[in-house]
Amino acid sequence: MTATKPPVTDLRVALFATCFNDTMWPETPRATVRLLERLGVTVEFPMDQTCCGQMMTNTGYAGKAVPLVRRFVDVFAGYDAVVAPSGSCVGSVREQHPMIAHLAGDPGLASQVEQVRPRVYELSEFLVDVLGVTDVGASFPHRVTYHPTCHSLRMLRVGDKPLQLLRAVRGIDLVELEGAEECCGFGGTFAVKNAEVSVAMGTDKARHVTDTGAEVLVAGDNSCLAHIGGILGRQHSGIRRMHLAEILASTEEDPA
Amino acid sequence: MSTPPVQETSPTFVGMPAFPKAAHEALANTQQRANLHNATHTIRAKRASVVAEVPEWEALRVAGADAKDEALHHLGDYLEQLEESLTANGAVVHWARDADEANRIVVDIARSKEVDEVVKVKSMATQEIELNEALEEAGISAWETDLAELIVQLFGDRPSHILVPAIHRNRTEIRDVFLRQMGEFGRPAPADLTDDPARLAEAARLHLREKFLRARVAVSGANFAIADTGTLVVVESEGNGRMCLTLPETLISVVGIEKVLPTWDDLAPMLQLLPRSSTGERMNPYTTMWSGVHEGDGPQEVHVILLDNGRSHVLADALGRQALRCIRCSACLNVCPVYERTGGHAYGSVYPGPIGAVLNPQLRGTASEIDQSLPYASSLCGACFDACPVRINIPELLVELRGTVAEQGGHRAESAAMKAAAWVLSDPRRLAVAQKGATTAGRLLGKRTITKVPGLGAWTDARNVPSPPTETFRQWWARERGETSGTQEEEQR
Repeated sequence: MTATKPPVTDLRVALFATCFNDTMWPETPRATVRLLERLGVTVEFPMDQTCCGQMMTNTGYAGKAVPLVRRFVDVFAGYDAVVAPSGSCVGSVREQHPMIAHLAGDPGLASQVEQVRPRVYELSEFLVDVLGVTDVGASFPHRVTYHPTCHSLRMLRVGDKPLQLLRAVRGIDLVELEGAEECCGFGGTFAVKNAEVSVAMGTDKARHVTDTGAEVLVAGDNSCLAHIGGILGRQHSGIRRMHLAEILASTEEDPA
Repeated sequence: MSTPPVQETSPTFVGMPAFPKAAHEALANTQQRANLHNATHTIRAKRASVVAEVPEWEALRVAGADAKDEALHHLGDYLEQLEESLTANGAVVHWARDADEANRIVVDIARSKEVDEVVKVKSMATQEIELNEALEEAGISAWETDLAELIVQLFGDRPSHILVPAIHRNRTEIRDVFLRQMGEFGRPAPADLTDDPARLAEAARLHLREKFLRARVAVSGANFAIADTGTLVVVESEGNGRMCLTLPETLISVVGIEKVLPTWDDLAPMLQLLPRSSTGERMNPYTTMWSGVHEGDGPQEVHVILLDNGRSHVLADALGRQALRCIRCSACLNVCPVYERTGGHAYGSVYPGPIGAVLNPQLRGTASEIDQSLPYASSLCGACFDACPVRINIPELLVELRGTVAEQGGHRAESAAMKAAAWVLSDPRRLAVAQKGATTAGRLLGKRTITKVPGLGAWTDARNVPSPPTETFRQWWARERGETSGTQEEEQR
């Protein structure tokens, strides 16, 4: 399937921007909207959305995430598909929200979670599994290396879907990253609670990225990219970090 | 007879600092980091290749987890059955609530045999209860006979890995300690010893052989304890275990109560899962099984000490009890990016790595600094769960334990920050207001590179900070699409 024949979907699709992207990396959800609309999907952005609660949950404050889970299921209840440009946040929704509902001791919330969570997709899953497209008509004539983030890899099992999408991009020179499946060391609050180990891991990851000779490091999570990119930046490596959505949104007419 | 240098450099793990502090020192040890990197990557690759050749690996993992769960869900019944079968086979069964009780039983048996030394098969349970120290206090030398445990003992060191406890040492260091120490405790190493692995192994073999042939009492653990047949199983690679388990007259086995398996058939998945996961071998070289006493063959007095030491407390936790499935293969250590960089000592226990980050706070509680910090000693990357042959969801357990630590009120500033974040994020109006801080900073800073932020030193010491944008996504959407939520309209009015 090619972009000239956009897949038609009558699904009601919502964008879950995620709070980090919304606040710090708005270019990513913007690229997601641009990409999906180009493919013929009507995207809604429910303004009452906030956060999946992952940071609280993973730091040991799952109780504090309960209202966020309630909000999440309320906001996204009416949609056939919810798309988020973040493997980590989707992982939290799909794998942790049931536990939080259970913790809240609220069977109503638990059943709402069960309704909503199977319809929440990480971007590459939505493109490949739901829309059935791997060539999204993108163009990005640069040397790129891809870091598979842990939660997309081992929680969501997106496998090589992001790579299938990237391989179909016009002009791209996609180079393999050594030790790609090893964690970059971000790990949420791990990055500050165990900063030295986190940086030791990130430095090795950054070295592998540099070794590829890539101009651009791409991943499906801006949080991991901020960590690896923060190290690459401190090294003045000149390697640009980009979210998968931004490369897939890039076209010859409107290059990223 | 001289006494072995039982962990003289650091007697025990008690009073260990929190993980980040211990990790700081470990990270600075470049020799250790190189050793660890090489060793973990070698075992990692071996494991991956032998696991990949088993098409039914996932089914085996499920079978292994199911067998352990069956035993754990009816632990009382199976333990009673185990005691009956063992007793019928001529073994003497002892029950130990904690380390002190277990150590006292071992010391009493050894004393009753009037020995001043025992030979030991590598055993995590006896390390957990610090049996060697207890024996030493009673004037009894405990000789470790596993090669790596011997190395650790000669160094007066602590183990840093479950399976390969001397993983933090390289062969030059090992040659040096053999030359320096072996003569103190028995047959010395040959003066012309090199760091050739075969020469090192030979020196160890000769040193140990006289101990095997002399010892009258051996102490072991067990990898599995089969309830229906009353059989104990030890899986090992060097043959030292076979020597200890068959030559001495008296055999004392300290077995954690979670080691029980319901039936003989349950061994089938375990003996496939364990070697491939631990040493990356299809089959381990020595599997010794013994069912009580057999006249004229092997030890004529067999004692089995069934050890609780916190395990029933772990069992009481519906989610946490899956950690008791652990078969001590150490696959999780070998794939862990944190362990690879810090080594095992930073975990402050004989159980390091991901499983240690779970098991120690479970077994010991979360009162100490180190046990409070262990659940956070992980980036939650999930490599451990994927590698675990009995499907222990370690990341899930770490998150649960973080909840336990947070409930204790351990981190006041963090608790306040999480409360504030939850308050902001529970309402899009509050989030929009908070985001103004970011966009204001974004406008002020422009394209400047941010290398320092007050209070964010833990991040900015080695990493730049992403530049905040001048417009959030929701601002862009509202501007472009003219849509606002009901709640936001209210705020804007």
